[in-house]
Amino acid sequence: MKITVRVWRQANATAKGRMVSYEVPDVSEDMSFLEMLDVLNDRLTTQGEDPIAFDHDCREGICGSCGVVIDGKAHGPQQTTTCQLHMRSFSDGDVIDIEPWRAEAFPVLKDLIVDRSAFDRIIQAGGFISAPTGAAPDAHAAPIRKEDADDAFDAATCIGCGACVAACPNGSAMLFTSAKITHLGLLPQGQPERRSRVLSMVGQHDAEGFGNCTNIGECTAVCPKGIPLETISRLNRDLLGALVRGGDE
Amino acid sequence: MMSTPPTGEQRRRFGLPHRHRREPAQDFAQHHDGDATGGGTATATDSGTGTTMETSTQATGSHGSSSFRSLDADSVFEAGAPIEDKKAPHVSIEKRWDERKFNAKLVNPANRRKLSVIIVGTGLAGASAAATLGEAGYHVKSFCYQDSPRRAHSIAAQGGINAAKNYRNDGDSVYRLFYDTVKGGDFRSRESNVYRLAQVSTQIIDQCVAQGVPFAREYGGLLDNRSFGGVQVSRTFYARGQTGQQLLIGAYQALERQIAAKTVEMHTRHEMLELIVVDGRARGVVVRDMVSGEIETHLADVVVLCTGGYGNVFYLSTNAMGCNVTATWRAHRKGALFANPCYTQIHPTCIPVSGDYQSKLTLMSESLRNDGRIWVPKSGEDKRDPREIPEDERDYYLERIYPAFGNLVPRDIASRAAKNVCDEGRGVGPGGLGVYLDFADAIDRMGRKAVEAKYGNLFDMYAQITGENPYETPMRIYPAVHYTMGGLWVDYDLESSIPGLFVAGEANFSDHGANRLGASALMQGLADGYFVLPNTINDYLASGPYPKVEEDHPAVVEAVESVKGRIETLLGIQGTRTVDSFHKELGHIMWDYCGMERTEEGLCKAIGRIRELRDEFWSDVKVLGANEEINQALERAGRVADFLELGELMCIDALHRRESCGGHFRAESQTEDGEALRHDDEFAYVAAWEYGGEGKPVLHKEDLHYEYVEMKQRSYK
Repeated sequence: MKITVRVWRQANATAKGRMVSYEVPDVSEDMSFLEMLDVLNDRLTTQGEDPIAFDHDCREGICGSCGVVIDGKAHGPQQTTTCQLHMRSFSDGDVIDIEPWRAEAFPVLKDLIVDRSAFDRIIQAGGFISAPTGAAPDAHAAPIRKEDADDAFDAATCIGCGACVAACPNGSAMLFTSAKITHLGLLPQGQPERRSRVLSMVGQHDAEGFGNCTNIGECTAVCPKGIPLETISRLNRDLLGALVRGGDE
Repeated sequence: MMSTPPTGEQRRRFGLPHRHRREPAQDFAQHHDGDATGGGTATATDSGTGTTMETSTQATGSHGSSSFRSLDADSVFEAGAPIEDKKAPHVSIEKRWDERKFNAKLVNPANRRKLSVIIVGTGLAGASAAATLGEAGYHVKSFCYQDSPRRAHSIAAQGGINAAKNYRNDGDSVYRLFYDTVKGGDFRSRESNVYRLAQVSTQIIDQCVAQGVPFAREYGGLLDNRSFGGVQVSRTFYARGQTGQQLLIGAYQALERQIAAKTVEMHTRHEMLELIVVDGRARGVVVRDMVSGEIETHLADVVVLCTGGYGNVFYLSTNAMGCNVTATWRAHRKGALFANPCYTQIHPTCIPVSGDYQSKLTLMSESLRNDGRIWVPKSGEDKRDPREIPEDERDYYLERIYPAFGNLVPRDIASRAAKNVCDEGRGVGPGGLGVYLDFADAIDRMGRKAVEAKYGNLFDMYAQITGENPYETPMRIYPAVHYTMGGLWVDYDLESSIPGLFVAGEANFSDHGANRLGASALMQGLADGYFVLPNTINDYLASGPYPKVEEDHPAVVEAVESVKGRIETLLGIQGTRTVDSFHKELGHIMWDYCGMERTEEGLCKAIGRIRELRDEFWSDVKVLGANEEINQALERAGRVADFLELGELMCIDALHRRESCGGHFRAESQTEDGEALRHDDEFAYVAAWEYGGEGKPVLHKEDLHYEYVEMKQRSYK
């Protein structure tokens, strides 16, 4: 099939960007969305035009590197990562708009590539359990209810792609932050640092320039791993408790 | 039973060359001057003289001759001095690790912050090593090419992680895990290292649980286990189908904690392009800032490479797009020995290629073979919808050839059998490169609901990628490159042949021999990073102090200039072909001749073609743009340039190893019923290659001794 893409082109962080149209005449429906961009880039290169820059790595939906806004929706029409979207979701003659994640805390570096290092800094603020190597008790020392372990796992499947931020009208990273709060807060090992964790992670979240959560729910609708809104409720409960009782120290 | 060397009769029958055959060697580098592709055919003549390999180093004459039309395995390399591991203590195997830890010199905690450690790569090995060494108080600098350390390709591992916990009370033990791993590796790994791996495996699980890794649990609250191929116990810990993700996030969080504590300085979107060696010691790296293009120098007291495997030399593999060999290959060029490069693991159940545009292959868990039946039509002419092909016109070839194991034969056997039926023209799907994995019987027997509960997420993934419904039509699968057992040679301390250069995880060669067992890659990465390196690197550091190196040291300047020069060259060629087109062509050569089945003739041909392709690359590649910006084509060009050198060494290694073992199958070395045939009398060694520059690579052998496990020929009967 033949499609037209309109792509955000921006030479670097400080340059002015614009949408540019390209025709892609030989698209197979079995191609992944990123392979369609590969084919286009190959042709651009042969013609001597700068290929389109985009982040991607594992191409199996788990590393969280890829992610663009497709026709206004983070990761496109299906609730999956951009790399797992295939061209059979589109039709001959379609015009597809492709843009980078848009959020104040995710500045564009080039074309479709944005800087998501704010996510790492939120984790640095407290998204961990302090367990020095070698100091661990036997793995069976603390049994964990299966339901809690399963819920912790579900929250821990977050891939840190940033779609939640791109989809949120407020540019909030609450879903990302709350997924980590939930993962660690459900486990016995996560209890000692639970209150200080939520205080410092939310503090860092706000310092990075992410917006506030107003319970719109766009984030969970585009999340490739289906992280539920309940994680944000849990974060709010923990935050309230920590604000009242103070941190752990 | 000890394997027996092939008799003269077998050698003739399988086209095996004479042992120690030494003919006047020809310089194969001349090859492309004369004959384009066809000249590199091997001849198995009987003109051997019985000269030993050690003396064959002389046989490198006839440079400049363009008239030769043949190549033999021995003419493409030179023999070097044998090597050995000098770090494992000479005590009984169960005491070696404790003994080594006790005898290793220590660094006083107050002195650690004055010592700097560079760690390249943030997968399981790199992230866990950086976190642990940072915690110990060293000044750590960590590098990754991704935008966050959390994205390293360990994240994609599905199945699980082995540990000899014996929580099932099913007879597991450190010794059994050690035994299974040595046997699974087809007796081509080092006993000391494998035993230690099994010993520390139990600590890994404790560590991961303590840091909040949400492993699967039972209703009683204790950890669940599953079984994996090649073993008879349940020792695999898992987190649904995303064990690698959960373990990596655990290590990543520990790393971020150290970054916050300022013991680790993190450099994301930085790619290592050169190793700095000063006075024979690894002292730093040259990296490129992938956003600004700036070429930076980082100096330290010790350098650790945790940069993963080189499966992407095949272009298509289950590796991430960015996985590359550059860090280890640059170290190899600076003197680090590269061990067993031909040992690659090809996984039988992947989603097949659908077109030329294909960029990557996706693994479908091996567990599918428990209930799915593998078949192809009996006739290659049969192009009907698979559901319309009657039972008696199908060939369930694994069940036919291996009635005892059926669809559950080991990975290498299943992969090769699929290749064989496709080579016969009976493959299915686009290009005829696929076989059916059929669940119709399982659905009849268990009901669709039960199949859904067991394999639902895999079926969904398959449907997403192929657009076909596997509940209704059989899946199509085909083997794909998955893991590389070879890597930089390291001793018991994980130190390479360059003092001060340590190598961990998939990047080293150490623990898996010629074949890795399922759920052992995660175990090795974390064992190296959390427990081994942090207890050996101190011995090296305490042996210092090493004199401070200045940025204007000639060796540093030379490394930086070579990196800049190479980038300028790549950007200056302005040829006609894209980087990817070269990578794809290299991948085809490697897959055809150095893939599931290798032959003397094919490997010789591959070496010739790779050399031609490399020449063409350096004269005709087209890389647009500049260095001083994000330039993904430039990044790829550098990686492909190194793959073009590695590919040749892989073929040379495969050519010289005239036996079949694990993932290395030489068509000339098989039993009468087509099983792999090892030659322990000749090849029970690690092949550690020294970079030969413009000349030939030099082979150093590390003999393998089995004191605790008896060497046996693997059997699937």
